[in-house]
Amino acid sequence: MTTAKIQFGRRSFIKSTVLAGGGLMLGFNLLASCKPGSANELEIPDEWFEINAYLKIGENGVVSIMSKNPEFGQGVMTSMPMVIAEELDVDWKNVMVEQAPFDAARFERQFTGGSQALRSSWQMLRTTGAAARQMLREAAAKAWDVPVAEITTAAGMLQHTGSGKKAGYGEFASAAAQIPVPTEVELKEPKDFTIVGKSKKNVNGKDIVTGKPLFGLDVEKEGMLIATVAIPPAFGMKLKSFDATEAKTMPGIKDIFSFKSYNDDYEQNMFDTNAFTELVAIVGNSTWEVMNAKLMLNVEWEPFSDYQYTAGGFRGSQEVTVPAGLESTADHMVKMKEAAAKPGNIVRKDGNPDEAFKNAAKVIESTYTAPFLGHFMMEPINFYADVTEDMVTVIGPSQAPEFVEGTISARLGIPREKIDVQITRMGGGFGRRAYNHYATEAAVISQQVKAPVKLVYSREDTTRFGVFRPAYYVTFRAGLDANNNMIAFHVKAGGVPESPLHANRFPAGAVDNYLAEAWTVDSNITIGAFRAPGSNFIGPAEQLFLDEVAEAAGKDPIQFRLDLFKKAQENPVGERNDYDAARYAGVLELVREKSGWGQNDSGRKRGVAAYFCHNSYAAHVVDVVMENGKPRVENVVSAMDCGIVVNPDAAVNMVEGAVVDGIGCAMYGEITFTDGAPDMDNFDSYRMIRYNEAPKKIDVHFVQNEIAPTGLGEPPFPPIFAALGNALYKLTGDRYYHQPFNKEDS
Amino acid sequence: MAQFNLRINGKQHQVDVDPSTPLLWVLRDHLKMKGTKYGCGVAQCGSCTIHLDGQAVRSCITFVDSVGDKEITTIEGLSENGDHPVQQAWLEHDVAQCGYCQPGQIMQAAALLKENPHPSDEEIEEAMSGNICRCGTYTRIKQAIKTASNS
Repeated sequence: MTTAKIQFGRRSFIKSTVLAGGGLMLGFNLLASCKPGSANELEIPDEWFEINAYLKIGENGVVSIMSKNPEFGQGVMTSMPMVIAEELDVDWKNVMVEQAPFDAARFERQFTGGSQALRSSWQMLRTTGAAARQMLREAAAKAWDVPVAEITTAAGMLQHTGSGKKAGYGEFASAAAQIPVPTEVELKEPKDFTIVGKSKKNVNGKDIVTGKPLFGLDVEKEGMLIATVAIPPAFGMKLKSFDATEAKTMPGIKDIFSFKSYNDDYEQNMFDTNAFTELVAIVGNSTWEVMNAKLMLNVEWEPFSDYQYTAGGFRGSQEVTVPAGLESTADHMVKMKEAAAKPGNIVRKDGNPDEAFKNAAKVIESTYTAPFLGHFMMEPINFYADVTEDMVTVIGPSQAPEFVEGTISARLGIPREKIDVQITRMGGGFGRRAYNHYATEAAVISQQVKAPVKLVYSREDTTRFGVFRPAYYVTFRAGLDANNNMIAFHVKAGGVPESPLHANRFPAGAVDNYLAEAWTVDSNITIGAFRAPGSNFIGPAEQLFLDEVAEAAGKDPIQFRLDLFKKAQENPVGERNDYDAARYAGVLELVREKSGWGQNDSGRKRGVAAYFCHNSYAAHVVDVVMENGKPRVENVVSAMDCGIVVNPDAAVNMVEGAVVDGIGCAMYGEITFTDGAPDMDNFDSYRMIRYNEAPKKIDVHFVQNEIAPTGLGEPPFPPIFAALGNALYKLTGDRYYHQPFNKEDS
Repeated sequence: MAQFNLRINGKQHQVDVDPSTPLLWVLRDHLKMKGTKYGCGVAQCGSCTIHLDGQAVRSCITFVDSVGDKEITTIEGLSENGDHPVQQAWLEHDVAQCGYCQPGQIMQAAALLKENPHPSDEEIEEAMSGNICRCGTYTRIKQAIKTASNS
């Protein structure tokens, strides 16, 4: 046992008035709850006793755990309650999980993004469970009149060996709810974990395979209308006028009107979108009817002039200019080449790069590019809103419910405490659902029509109102001395409209002379978080380049990297290097061992890459073959270091998914623009990876350690692009400089 | 508007809708059966897969007036207790990540196994290539189909 101060805010323990004769009895929403696994049917207790905001225990010993974070497939609805259950010391079979609504007064950091769920909540989840266990022990000690230190727990049972007394948690739930919250609790040693580190099935599994209404698009309420919106056909355009005369006569149509998403003096937050802020709403009885009526709507759009808006955020308020223009991919490429040719903004400089490059025996230089990408989460954009005089209820898929509440509050002029934000399971997100303009749109429409409304975007509009992964461009130079040691490294990275540069990442710290420069090209196309933002380009580009450098140095690509990590460990260059060289080297060593790298490689065309981002380390080895004249990934071996692996099989699933998704994005992913409009808007034009293109086998391995857990949603994603590109080079003899790779083949 | 009598999961339903309404929206909006998912509307992703007389079809392009007296099966009716071998295999392999595409994947796989109880890897790939999963669960889906085919 180790002792820890409890880390939840006191707010987690705010209790309502305790009922006479016992703890707090609560209503329980059966629809929002679910049972882990499928074999055990849990008996719903007659009474629930709230121990804290996250935990309720029934008189029969059944435990209900709130899952605070939005779930979009990363598995937090299972893994986070597992951590609470571990320290509470209950049998997982007696646990049911409930999705918490957004409630800043009760729950901390209800946000999905940055692979931070377990990292940021690990200690809080543990102390929450441990505090409840402590309160149960104290309640039992009082009743049995024995010292609390002598009371042990196991699998939901309290026991006092000396007196032979024994009871289930349920018996003391009522009394425990009245025990003062401890300020310090005992935590288990990782070696004593019985739930964490043991694979548990997705708590929503049964509901998913039986088609239960879990998602935002499945929300159904009495008197609910359906709405869709007409959005500008291109970035750089805005609403001029519309004529709904004919569309309004279509069957099932209730109303058609235009509206603005923000008030004029509104200061936008980091997840508000600046494009398409005036839309036309079509409201009716059913989805098919509103989609048909939209086709009959006559809307005129016009190009806008440069405009300014105020953006808030970490750096305070600033005026942002959105440039006019209907942009095309060809123009972007010209502008990026021009920007890349000019001096960039120097972000980091170690040693004397100019001098070192002059003295280098060999200089290798390469440029890599990647296009815009669309998120293409499987569930199209939607949100439900019911706005009445004194209350706003919104329900739907959001990675950032706190921002939903804030933006709606500002737009409707209704205080936050009158806004109820409920979180549904998301049909994917990948970053896109951090930008919840559609929740505000649904609320504005509901207010206008004075009825509950579910806003539904078509797949095409889900894409066209994109918050895209930016287009990127980077040039690397490496200088080798006569002994093939890398003595100089230069990265110059930019994009439309942001740079992907992470100046303090590897190989910074491992090279004596290092220069990192950034540049950007302005654009009116909205961009935002996309699975491992920035890293999903700069990571693979760097790892593709290091493969070239290793080859030029005549070294094995894994050994070449390991030598650099050795230097970064023993004699690091610079003050700030954003990685732990030993852990980084660790995943490479593990993937080398597990893939049998270098042993019997004949006949196999393989590539390797590693990367560190979002606090976890990942390495992959990819084997490719030629099949019917096309490259196909045969096998992938992955090694991860994310500290303690909370739910191993789900963690493997996450890595497998990142591998498949990454291969798809690298091979096929591309959004091009013509006159401001994306050329791809549905699965017939945007190429996603399909079954026959997925690897036949993926082997995932984890470094075993007792470091507090970090995330897995993003870290395995960037390096797979590069491991694939490096393998393809071995197969075809061509280096893959430009994504998507399949275009380079044709 | 016109009236249609539909036989869904063994029960008779009557709906009054425009004849050009896709079955997807009849199920979701009119009959409030939410298991069949909207993904693309153009038969390119497979999220809306249902069975018509046992054959896998995309309900987003199946207009209600084309159904006639064919038997419709949706994910809600694939089994009475959610224990169809394909559903069980999905749980055994803990296939789902976000889970949105999985009802369509399961319906596609169930139709495949009905027709071909022991498909080869190539036959699985061929049958499943019209169903997209952005989370990338393809390798697990294949394992689950193999487990179901052996049960």
